Amino acid sequence: MVDLKALRAEMDKRYKVIEISEQRTDLAFLECDKIDVPDAVAYLRDHEGYVHLSFITCVDRLEDEQFEIVYMLRNHEKKHDLGVKTKIDRKNPVMDSMHNHWAAVATYQRELREMFGIEFPGSPGVNRPFALESWAGPPPMRRDFDTRKYSEETYFPRPGRETHDPAEHMKKTQYPGRADL
Amino acid sequence: MKTKTDKPVLPNLDLPASDKGYFCDARPEVVEPVKGIWENFLNWGRANSLWILGFGTGCGAIELRPLMTSRYDMYRFGVQPRPTPRQSGLFIIGGYASVKTLKRIVRSYEQMQGPKFVLGLGSCTVNGGMYWDSYNTINRLDQYIPVDVYIAGCMPRPEALLAGIKALKQRILDGEAEGANDYARNFDWYKANQKKIITDWNMPDYNW
Amino acid sequence: MTQMPDREKFPVHTGGVENFDLESGRYMKVWQGPQHPGVTGNMALELVTSGDEIVDLKTHVGYLHRGFEKLMERRKWIQNFPLVCRICVPEPDFNEYLYAAATEELAGIEIPERAVWIRTLNLEMARLTSFLMWLGGQAGAFGMGTIGQWTVTMRDFMLDLFEELTGGRIYHMYIVPGGVRGDVPQGWFSHVLTTLKNVEKVLDDIELVLFNNAVFKKRAVGLGVITPDMVDYYGITGPNARASGVARDIRKDRSYLIYDKLDFDIITGISIGVDSDIFGRTRLRAAEMRQSISLIRQMIDKMPEGPVHVSPPNVLHWKIPAGETYLSAECTRGEYGYYIVSDGSDKPRRVYVRGPSYTHAVALFEHMAPGTNIADTAGLMVSLHTYPPEIER
Repeated sequence: MVDLKALRAEMDKRYKVIEISEQRTDLAFLECDKIDVPDAVAYLRDHEGYVHLSFITCVDRLEDEQFEIVYMLRNHEKKHDLGVKTKIDRKNPVMDSMHNHWAAVATYQRELREMFGIEFPGSPGVNRPFALESWAGPPPMRRDFDTRKYSEETYFPRPGRETHDPAEHMKKTQYPGRADL
Repeated sequence: MKTKTDKPVLPNLDLPASDKGYFCDARPEVVEPVKGIWENFLNWGRANSLWILGFGTGCGAIELRPLMTSRYDMYRFGVQPRPTPRQSGLFIIGGYASVKTLKRIVRSYEQMQGPKFVLGLGSCTVNGGMYWDSYNTINRLDQYIPVDVYIAGCMPRPEALLAGIKALKQRILDGEAEGANDYARNFDWYKANQKKIITDWNMPDYNW
Repeated sequence: MTQMPDREKFPVHTGGVENFDLESGRYMKVWQGPQHPGVTGNMALELVTSGDEIVDLKTHVGYLHRGFEKLMERRKWIQNFPLVCRICVPEPDFNEYLYAAATEELAGIEIPERAVWIRTLNLEMARLTSFLMWLGGQAGAFGMGTIGQWTVTMRDFMLDLFEELTGGRIYHMYIVPGGVRGDVPQGWFSHVLTTLKNVEKVLDDIELVLFNNAVFKKRAVGLGVITPDMVDYYGITGPNARASGVARDIRKDRSYLIYDKLDFDIITGISIGVDSDIFGRTRLRAAEMRQSISLIRQMIDKMPEGPVHVSPPNVLHWKIPAGETYLSAECTRGEYGYYIVSDGSDKPRRVYVRGPSYTHAVALFEHMAPGTNIADTAGLMVSLHTYPPEIER
């Protein structure tokens, strides 16, 4: 069990915490300013027992023109997960590298750079391609990249393959003439 | 020594000048089947010693492993895995092929000795399957290398694989499995398709 | 007995970058993979060697990248079910469970008790099946193909059980939101018990053949040591961490599903008295297989009766309230997790899959390999239990 109010009070002394919200008793999310994140994560790791980094990922908030980066930490003693979130500008996506915090961070940052186009200056090997090879298009995980259109243009779709919206298809084939569905 | 200068050669444009000497610039050639009983005999031999290239390209490869155990025992059909393309005659594409893998598939396929056969395993080789709209997997395998038999399913059972191998054997016996010659005949078309998606082509145009 | 690499053989560091003068004749670059037989899934290793000693290793992944996370964003919640299980081929049930449980949590669906039990049973069987496949790979990487034949055959019998229960051999698509897809068929439990008995017998044989094998002992003891202080820094989870004596098991820590009602202890390297090398990790995983067998037996004994499924709302128009959650479970390799963000629409906003191989195969393996032998690379990699499909997804 983690006392979130106490954690928030401790964090407020040092960093600007925007929001802290509880999802389950063993999972909470904490939102910080971009500038505070590397220090806040280091503080959580060294003083609050969040020693394990589960993952780093990014959510594309296209409508807000922002990327939301999530660092998921785990406290094994208190059996608690804490997601540290921060928002960065989508037009100029640069984030401070945290490759000294954990060994795997450099890999995550490499993947984020490739999939979302977020720059991590100073992260070792960040410019090497991770999963893609000879990729010329925009970073594929961005929401404005249309994977279906790209696939149809690049690869050769086999003629005769049909796709349906399942709801519409079910309505037509299973319940013909029902207007209330 | 007589050199064949009248045949068209491959430019190998994307190779650095220092590497050009290492690779052949000859194109693949069509080997016309001999007619009659001799070809039938050769086909009988080919059909009964299918050696698989041990390159599990996708998740379908997980169903290849049970074939090697006593339960399915593919060795009784003269099928066995080999570690290198030079010794193999059958390439089983185990499902989806990402662009990065396709580059290795093309290279491995070209390095195999003819006559060579390709078995497309799983729906994703037929039309993209689950990943028909993915930005990184191809939709149709037969646009890039010639395919002899497709096995549909996701994922196909070992029995389906055995049935596919049986179907391939029948094709070989009937003299229809002419994939290597098809590749040589339509070499430019295949190459254009391959180069369309493999944009960093840093290998010889044809490597054997 | 830790193998310390001979630093004199190593290249010079200048400005944080290692300098290999390949022309000097001291170093040679060797590529292992992507089609190396010792690799479970396609992954290429770029080795720089000096003699037969590895001085640098870079992992290259992406041969199996299908863009799952992108595809999920453009499919409805229910349409993602056939997709998620294909992320990790040898152990698909964890994807199904985590995706189902995360959507249920966001949508606020309670599932019946029997469904929870069947889910747990399904997951434990998946663990056992995956371990069987792994054990064959580990022995095969050290040249003992016989054990691979035994375990893959036994795995086949486990897959038969899955087929009877779910209709699918490899991909089950059995755990769906609201419970499981169908009840246990009649007589299935007795089939499970029979198969478990056979698996146990094979495990006894393997105990004899593998762990007393001089070749395996000579090669595996002292190779690839993970020390407890590496665990946090390299993000090691699962049996790799437990073998070094760190008692962490999400089944106990989070006690998801019904693991708090079952009788089991965390197996660590200390509790079974092994070192944290390849040999020790193999022993530990063999012990975890027996633990899985015992858990399955307990579940069959105590399985409650009742419904196995509650109907969610019309799944074709299913909109999940906005929110985000992260769920993790203990798979054979460590922490498997799903981070799901919903924006209130009928499609997920973001699904992130956390595979344990991500840290093991890249950061940890690149750290452990220098100083070992080329011939041991395959064994070392298999002992970390990496499945490339979950790294690149």
